[in-house]
Amino acid sequence: MKMINLMRGSVMKIHGLSSASRRLAAEGGVRGLSSSSGPRVCIVGGGPAGFYTAQQLLKARQNTAVDIYERLPVPFGLVRFGVAPDHPEVKNVINTFTQTGQHERCSFHGNVNVGKDVTIDELRQAYHAVVLSYGAEGNRSMGIPGEGLPGVFSAKDFVGWYNGLPSNKELHPDLSFETAVILGQGNVALDVARILLAPVEMLKETDITQNALEALAGSKVRRVLIVGRRGPLQIACTIKELREMVNLPNTRADMLPADFEGIAEALKDLPRPRKRLTELMMKAVKEGGDDKAEKCWGFRFFRSPVEVLAGADGKRATGIRLALNKLEGSGESARAEVTGQLEDVDCGLIISSIGYKSIPIDPAVPFDPRRAIVPNEMGRVQDTAGLYCSGWVKRGPTGVIATTMNDSFDTARVLIQDMEAGKLDLSVNKPGAQAITALLQTRGVRAVLFSQWEKINAAEEKRGKSLGKAREKLLDVDEMLKIAWS
Amino acid sequence: MLAQQDSMAFRKCVQVLLRSSLAPLCHPGSTRAHPRFLHTVPRLCSQSQPNGSSGSKVLVHFVNQSGVKSSVFVTEGETLLDVVIKKNLDISGFGACEGTLACSTCHLIFEESVYDKLEPMVDEEVDMLDLAYGLTKTSRLGCQVTVERWMDGMTVHVPQEIKDQRGKQEAMRSK
Repeated sequence: MKMINLMRGSVMKIHGLSSASRRLAAEGGVRGLSSSSGPRVCIVGGGPAGFYTAQQLLKARQNTAVDIYERLPVPFGLVRFGVAPDHPEVKNVINTFTQTGQHERCSFHGNVNVGKDVTIDELRQAYHAVVLSYGAEGNRSMGIPGEGLPGVFSAKDFVGWYNGLPSNKELHPDLSFETAVILGQGNVALDVARILLAPVEMLKETDITQNALEALAGSKVRRVLIVGRRGPLQIACTIKELREMVNLPNTRADMLPADFEGIAEALKDLPRPRKRLTELMMKAVKEGGDDKAEKCWGFRFFRSPVEVLAGADGKRATGIRLALNKLEGSGESARAEVTGQLEDVDCGLIISSIGYKSIPIDPAVPFDPRRAIVPNEMGRVQDTAGLYCSGWVKRGPTGVIATTMNDSFDTARVLIQDMEAGKLDLSVNKPGAQAITALLQTRGVRAVLFSQWEKINAAEEKRGKSLGKAREKLLDVDEMLKIAWS
Repeated sequence: MLAQQDSMAFRKCVQVLLRSSLAPLCHPGSTRAHPRFLHTVPRLCSQSQPNGSSGSKVLVHFVNQSGVKSSVFVTEGETLLDVVIKKNLDISGFGACEGTLACSTCHLIFEESVYDKLEPMVDEEVDMLDLAYGLTKTSRLGCQVTVERWMDGMTVHVPQEIKDQRGKQEAMRSK
């Protein structure tokens, strides 16, 4: 009741003649006031899932308005903060997202924290449908003693650090140790290994943050071990990333032939993708690489972390204790079983790359804590009409951008089907951004529009140019806002 | 060691080309096979011939994810990715990485007789193709296939929409 009064009061404010209201109307209300009463959809999360879902919704019906809400002032999610700096081609999708952001029926609202600044229920009142596309901002923990010691980082935070995620800018990883151990063998683990060992020349023209570049330039890390619970045939990375490790200059591969027993015989029965990946690994084992190479990297299989070891003073990580496993079963479903044997590895940098994890956004939204996703049936949130989900929060935090793209298209299709089947009541007019912007204003929250993000974008490219880089990302949210609203 | 250095130099060169987006430089001639490479260097950007209008017109049929067929006349020398973009064909999410061999969304399925006559794939194409949804024995990435006269009348498909299978398949892959 209070909320409805608040909203009514807020809508009344828009019709007032104060300059504040006029600015409000210009920023969020105009589209709502002038466009026809077509369906209004709200998307929570401005990463690939959000933009691809928006894209498909805009294409499918000529009168649907789509609003994207994003917590940060800047859009694009993991395309900006997750994809490695030396993979700029993967970021080309930003071009198609930009077209969506500029679409006349789409409006982007950055700097809005859904769950805190506005609730899901408030959004559901203002829109015909709400799509949750907020991804996975947490990470799975190893759950072992010593995990909290200095020197131990999640891959998510390490990647966020070199990619300029504002909340990771004070990470200050200590790179003065010779050996780094990465737990997990997916593409994120390989990205971290590659960034740790790549020559600075390879990175200095990318959009890696300047502070990370300087830290890496002074890094003493020379050896990176990438550790997995199971065997070579279960490794989760893909061949492109493995090729990049094999081709790293001034670096040799340091593998344990014992880890590869029986693998050569299994090759002939493997499907092509797994076969080529395994063959490339075997080649790296055999050839090893130039002994004179200063740096080395290697996989270590059949090992699970059981404890992070601290030095004599107990103040920081100086090693990791690994339990040796044996494999039961074969193929993708093989399981690691303990043998009881242990192995200690000296190292000063430990990076846990065992998966991202979604967290609940709002008590009103169902959440499955075991799978860490929003329970849903083909993108329709369980027991909650008008609420949908797409991307990692829907299916779990795996897959490349193309996977998320297909998934987002699926959710959009289901939503449109529901519109056409009358499952969503489109006969009721919904106020959309007009009401939400007004509501946010009463709470002291102001959104960053897409055209304002473009000012941040231009500033970053300009700063980058003077440093010979693709861009120099702003690390501070307040700085971003200052430029956006200047 | 030398192969590694060449590979690095090549990659750097490619990155510079891509970043500077100098369209006229992305001419087939600029990516001729380097003597030390065993395979033809892959096409790494999507540009049609500068004098497209004088190339001959070839009829190509595209069948999209919903089974809808579009027939278009295309210019020799363009890649199939160029065609889908220029002709604005209704194929969802085609060419996400814009022809840089960093995704598999321009995946196309060819008729066997056509597939057998296509130029062989380089490792980088196979690497990405192997991650494509609905991979077949006659699959290629559209950004790597250049239209030639003899393709006149061919039909290419994208995988049909089968939601459950895709969900299960993709769940097995990692990032």
